[in-house]
Amino acid sequence: MITTSIKRRTLLGAGLAGASMLAMPSVLRAQDKSLKVGVYGGYFKTSFDKNIFPEFTKATGIAVESIAEPTGEAWLVQLEQAARAGQAPADVSMMSQVAMLKGQSTELWTPIDMAKIKNGSNLIDRFINKYPDGRVAGIGAVSWYITLVTNTDVFKEAPTSWAAFWDPANADKLGLLALVSNSFLLEVTAKTYFGGTNALDTEEGILKVFEKLAEVKPNVRLWYRDEAQFEQSLKSGEIPMGQYYHDVTGLAAADGNPVRSTFPKEGGIQDSGCWALSRASQKSEEAHIFIDYMCQPSIQATLSRKVGTSPTVRREVTDLTDKEFAAVSSDIEPIVPRYDLYQSKSDWLNQKWTELIVG
Amino acid sequence: MRREPPQTLGDYAPLLFPAAMLTIFFVVPFGTMIAVSFFQRQQGGFYTPAFVFDNYARFLSAFFGGVLGFSLLLAITVAICCVVLALPFTYMLTRMGRKVQVLWLVALLSILSLSEVIIGFAWSTLFSRTAGITNILVALGVMSEAKALTPSFGAVLTGMVYQAFPYTVLVLFPALVRLDPTLTEAARTLGASPLKAFFTVVVPALRNTITATLIMVFIFALGSYLLPQLLGRPQHWTLSVLITDQAIYQSNMPFAAAMAVFLVLVTLGLVALTVIAGRKGEAA
Repeated sequence: MITTSIKRRTLLGAGLAGASMLAMPSVLRAQDKSLKVGVYGGYFKTSFDKNIFPEFTKATGIAVESIAEPTGEAWLVQLEQAARAGQAPADVSMMSQVAMLKGQSTELWTPIDMAKIKNGSNLIDRFINKYPDGRVAGIGAVSWYITLVTNTDVFKEAPTSWAAFWDPANADKLGLLALVSNSFLLEVTAKTYFGGTNALDTEEGILKVFEKLAEVKPNVRLWYRDEAQFEQSLKSGEIPMGQYYHDVTGLAAADGNPVRSTFPKEGGIQDSGCWALSRASQKSEEAHIFIDYMCQPSIQATLSRKVGTSPTVRREVTDLTDKEFAAVSSDIEPIVPRYDLYQSKSDWLNQKWTELIVG
Repeated sequence: MRREPPQTLGDYAPLLFPAAMLTIFFVVPFGTMIAVSFFQRQQGGFYTPAFVFDNYARFLSAFFGGVLGFSLLLAITVAICCVVLALPFTYMLTRMGRKVQVLWLVALLSILSLSEVIIGFAWSTLFSRTAGITNILVALGVMSEAKALTPSFGAVLTGMVYQAFPYTVLVLFPALVRLDPTLTEAARTLGASPLKAFFTVVVPALRNTITATLIMVFIFALGSYLLPQLLGRPQHWTLSVLITDQAIYQSNMPFAAAMAVFLVLVTLGLVALTVIAGRKGEAA
């Protein structure tokens, strides 16, 4: 009984506050600045809560309420449904590239005014996510690499190219990600053997790439969905080669495990998350301040040091040392996934992929 | 004890709770699943309510037929292996002293408390090259070099039989305990060897129990999802693995639901066939 009455009272209070906010927007701006920011739950949220958000509040006076969002597309669906009802569970959210594209199709993202993002000039071009008509839908938040990893006891020399996956000498030695949409092996094959990911522009091209990729099958011991399964086998040398996350492999090596992560000459796979603003949010002003703040070279450097992500701004503008930079990234031009394919052809790709590895 | 048929509405009351539970937790979700299986998939989105057969049409292909066939074959093999192993084991167990029986049953029950994840990881370590059982064989001089036994069909089968074995014993145990010992004694006095008595008297007397056990283990094994992934290659993945891929990673609920409905229908069909065949055999 007591709890319900309190709840009701809080609700009333909130409603009143909400009404007054609408009535006096100027008062709101002066007195109460806050922003709800969605970040992936778990390690990411903890790191951001500890290393990033308090400093942001100190610098700008805007309080941040961080929301743990699920990975995958569940959060996109929630944001979309809430936006239809005029609600924003979070004002700014960190979104995957495929989710950004799906959100674009329903105009979920408020276009970002680049005039207000003073630090936007620091960004690497590919981290500015644009609507087809050129409006900016999202700004790169963090990025990370999937690279060629090996067990140092089994492979004394580090491999230099993704072509090592195709080497008959490596029969039954590889651990690869099991899904077309998270392994990005089509892009790797296209870059290694067909001159670039443009080879995936047509269905005929994709089928050719699939054919080449099929030659890898006899070398694959494990197609993993569960990261722990591969990481353990890599450390023990049971499965001495494969694709894995650069940052985690670095941490494992630092702990004394016989593993190494190599950026092949064709480049590591670079995946990333964007900051995007829900169209239902009333906090456009604060959101722009937040996104601008996050684009500062010093903040991107802090993220690299504390969270282990790769900067979305150009390397020259950061103060990262060679060692710090190598721990999270590489100067070799990365393989950037063809996210558009996973939106427009997802079912077809999934079917072909499943037939490839199961068949 | 005499059983009387329920007379008044009140006599049915004890049934209400289980019936309600069954409705809420089985009938309603299953109905929802059937409904979703006819919905329209939105590529690059979610799904919209509709009544289309696309999802079933996509399933009807040689590829998914092959996966379904493999899943059924795997489940049948697991069921047969389990019963072949568990029947003589349980028969001997019922002949042992009370204390030994309790000890064995407690050990078997403790296997049931292990999750599929633990069983899967344990077997993948036992079958590995770096830390597996082949290292013992090398130390004994039986093998020249340690090698990995996983991923393979044998590894999947071993893991699944290990997981289903305790259930099999627990289902067979009551029937074997109740089996009239004078039956085998009569066979023995008429000159049958213990082995012959087991196969010509015990096994036929338990035919219905054995059929029921086979069906139970078959259905249990059909839902297996984790062990084929942990211990097998992609060609050993069951339909359940592909259903999960569609539902969780592709957010294609309609197709996942259609596959699940299909799996349930085929399973029910097979069980019905077995029961009918059993009745005919009895009548003859």
